[in-house]
Amino acid sequence: MAALSLHPDPAWRGRLMACAIALALLWPALVYSEFKPWILFDLQSLAAAGGFLRDFARPAHSLEFLAMVLRETWITVAIATAGLALALLGAIPATLLVSERLSISRLGTGRIRPLAAFVRQLVRWVLVLLRSVPELVWALLFVRVVGLGPTAGVLAIALTYCGMLAKVYAEILESSDAHATEALLANGSARLPALLYGALPDAAAELVSYTVYRWECAIRGSAIMGFVGAGGLGQRMDESTKMMQGGEVATMLLMFVLLVGAADLVSSMLRRRLG
Amino acid sequence: MSFKLDQLTVRHLTGGQAAALHALDLVVDQGEQLALIGPSGAGKTTLLSTLACAHRPAAGTLTVFGLAPWALSQQARHTLRARLFLAPQTPPLPPRQRVVTSVLAARLPHWSLGLALRSLFKPVDPDAAFAALSRFGLGDKLYARVDRLSGGERQRCSLARLLLSSADAFLVDEPISALDPALARITLATLQQEAAARNATLVCSLHQVEMARAHFKRIVGLRDGRIVFDLPREQVSDEMIAALYENESLDAAPHQDHEPPERIAVGACF
Repeated sequence: MAALSLHPDPAWRGRLMACAIALALLWPALVYSEFKPWILFDLQSLAAAGGFLRDFARPAHSLEFLAMVLRETWITVAIATAGLALALLGAIPATLLVSERLSISRLGTGRIRPLAAFVRQLVRWVLVLLRSVPELVWALLFVRVVGLGPTAGVLAIALTYCGMLAKVYAEILESSDAHATEALLANGSARLPALLYGALPDAAAELVSYTVYRWECAIRGSAIMGFVGAGGLGQRMDESTKMMQGGEVATMLLMFVLLVGAADLVSSMLRRRLG
Repeated sequence: MSFKLDQLTVRHLTGGQAAALHALDLVVDQGEQLALIGPSGAGKTTLLSTLACAHRPAAGTLTVFGLAPWALSQQARHTLRARLFLAPQTPPLPPRQRVVTSVLAARLPHWSLGLALRSLFKPVDPDAAFAALSRFGLGDKLYARVDRLSGGERQRCSLARLLLSSADAFLVDEPISALDPALARITLATLQQEAAARNATLVCSLHQVEMARAHFKRIVGLRDGRIVFDLPREQVSDEMIAALYENESLDAAPHQDHEPPERIAVGACF
């Protein structure tokens, strides 16, 4: 009994309040989101879902279907890779622009020139814009512009991931040890060589592992975008799901597990090489 | 003339903008070698980074090689920085880099970006790096990684970088703080030989007063941001040294807000 204790916990009341407030905030959220878990246990929907899930135990494995899955997997990997490569083309220059670590005007004064500060802020805003629009929305937009197919997926990934990569790259670089970069700058080296020789050796492993992780996300993302017609395995999965073909969905999900597993393997291998 | 300081006042860039150096007058001729001594927090590191154009003075005039660096354009000032080599007390070497790359980084101001990239894949001039390292007894570490080196080895490795730079003035902050006495003597001698051979100016801050008096003809004593004496070594008496370091232990308290040297060394860029 907390009340009878000789040493009442001063944090107890605060914790109780926090729980109460959290519940009070959560309740309207549940109401407005029409969260009705009991629908899950409705007999009719249970039967439908049961059949669908039973099919999962027997993944589709006809030769024709497997060939199609492999072809679509290849397209998915290609979408993710091409999208990420395009994203890198934008992200690397943006990182260099955004990173304050590489400011020469700050050297010795502690202040950045107003023009340089403005350009940095501008690029920051562009990056925020790029990544605040979900890739699915970009995909819907590009499906309208370039039509159904993988191109829309590639462009959507390129834009969103450009924003994410540049932001995180800049943060990784800025949280690494500044001493080496700044000493090179102080001795007259230009920005880019100072980055290459000062910051990159220590940040490389983290940058690579984040990039590989993003590639993994791009594979998942391209699956979701397939649902709106942006090509690849996702589009097939959408069709199979709508036709309640559990076995086909199961095969494709297994493919995703394999892909993510492969990405994990590549990442740890690269990290070991660079660490 | 390498450096001319006229009533130069320098403030810390952060915190309360307290003055680190008060109205200094100092003239250093080209090719001259001088030792900077004084208790911790006296402003030795700040003075060195001010001379390296890595810290903007608040008042007074600074002339470097006949130019006023802070009146120049940013581009011209950065070009001037390539003629000055600042070696911070903490070796500025990324742990995961190979020694050969770290040492060759001295050439970056004169390399094109393409050459810099090429040298990351295949070191452009490993023989020069080997020669520089050998002079500090580190030739066998050429292709080792920096994090495999001991503290003293890293310190000498960053001095080997100095040998490869094309600078006309070396500003060295406590180059022997992690070395044993025998190595310290060899290292100082190597630095001085190199400076003399290319007629470069050498300004070297030292905590080892005996080393300073044994190796340098001119000694500058710094305390609380002021020059206490600036004399040929024959005229520096033991009493003057004792006065310079007097009450150092009691003075420790006010130095708490002293920035770590690696931050001061590059003009508090963080």
